[in-house]
Amino acid sequence: MSGWGATARHPEFRRGAREMTGIALGIAAWGLVTGMTMVKSGMPVSLAVMMSLLVFAGSSQLAALPLIASGAPIWVVWATAACVNLRFVIFSAQWRRYFGHLSRPRRLWMIYFAADLNYVAFTHRFPEPRPAPEQLPYFWGGVVTNWGAWQVASLTGIALADSVPAHWGIGFAGTLALMGLLLSLLGDGARRVAAVVAGCAAVAAYALPLKLNIVVAIAAAVAIGLLIDHRTPRPPAPAPDAT
Amino acid sequence: MNALQTTVTIIGLGLITLLTRGFFLLSDRELPLPGWLEQGLRYAPLAALAAVVVPEVVLTQGHLITTFKDARLYAAATGAVWFFWRGGILGTIVSGTAVMVTLRLVMGW
Repeated sequence: MSGWGATARHPEFRRGAREMTGIALGIAAWGLVTGMTMVKSGMPVSLAVMMSLLVFAGSSQLAALPLIASGAPIWVVWATAACVNLRFVIFSAQWRRYFGHLSRPRRLWMIYFAADLNYVAFTHRFPEPRPAPEQLPYFWGGVVTNWGAWQVASLTGIALADSVPAHWGIGFAGTLALMGLLLSLLGDGARRVAAVVAGCAAVAAYALPLKLNIVVAIAAAVAIGLLIDHRTPRPPAPAPDAT
Repeated sequence: MNALQTTVTIIGLGLITLLTRGFFLLSDRELPLPGWLEQGLRYAPLAALAAVVVPEVVLTQGHLITTFKDARLYAAATGAVWFFWRGGILGTIVSGTAVMVTLRLVMGW
């Protein structure tokens, strides 16, 4: 990219990087868990490295792993990952107000790297949703820090996974990470009901073939959520979360 | 899944990352987001997470676990207690994993 050196020397690049460094420890722990969980789920190391570098989305990776390990159909894996990633769709409506004027290849290249915490930090730094020149260096400072912390930790987790015996149950840390993310999303009463419905439906429908219990659970929870919203109207507000 | 299927799955997951993060940046024209869709989108992420997490905690080989000597129950409970007491995903992972490893190694659960 032209002007990359100028971007990296910009004071806002350093500010973006600095404001991400504070949470890099959490990002690194999450990446370490994801790296180890990939290998512990039975995935070959080469594919785990590819998954880490290509997919770069911890919660969708962790959600996909048990499905891949149990031989679920590919479309069910993709549908589950897409649902886990739906929050990004909401974020992207907001990103458009900052980066919509850039060329399509450029804005898509940028946004591929924009994880949850980048969104949180960026919208905190620039509450006014309109383009400004210092936004690009700030954005890149944040995403380079986040991407680096994540990938180093994830690849370390992949490398270390085989030196930790399987019967320790370290792989369960991936489930705990997803559970933490789930708890941070719970919010109001309707969301709690939807989560309980989804969990119960996924267990009750577990005997369905093709891991369709996941699809059934999502459909049931969204239907319940919309039903509750319909009865108690309030303005929708997507909650930030912490991947 | 064999290696080829897993590779295809991973490439697709990478595309899903790009397409979801860039959803409203794909088009050059402004796309209005219908209200009902925006409301539905609020529930899909946590529904997907709950649908993956809950069976991982309470099922063994597709059956509800019938023993209390299962380290996953205590690990998940510890993580949840930590989350509501102190907050934060990192502490949830660390405390739950500590209980998991302790019970597995000391009690053999």
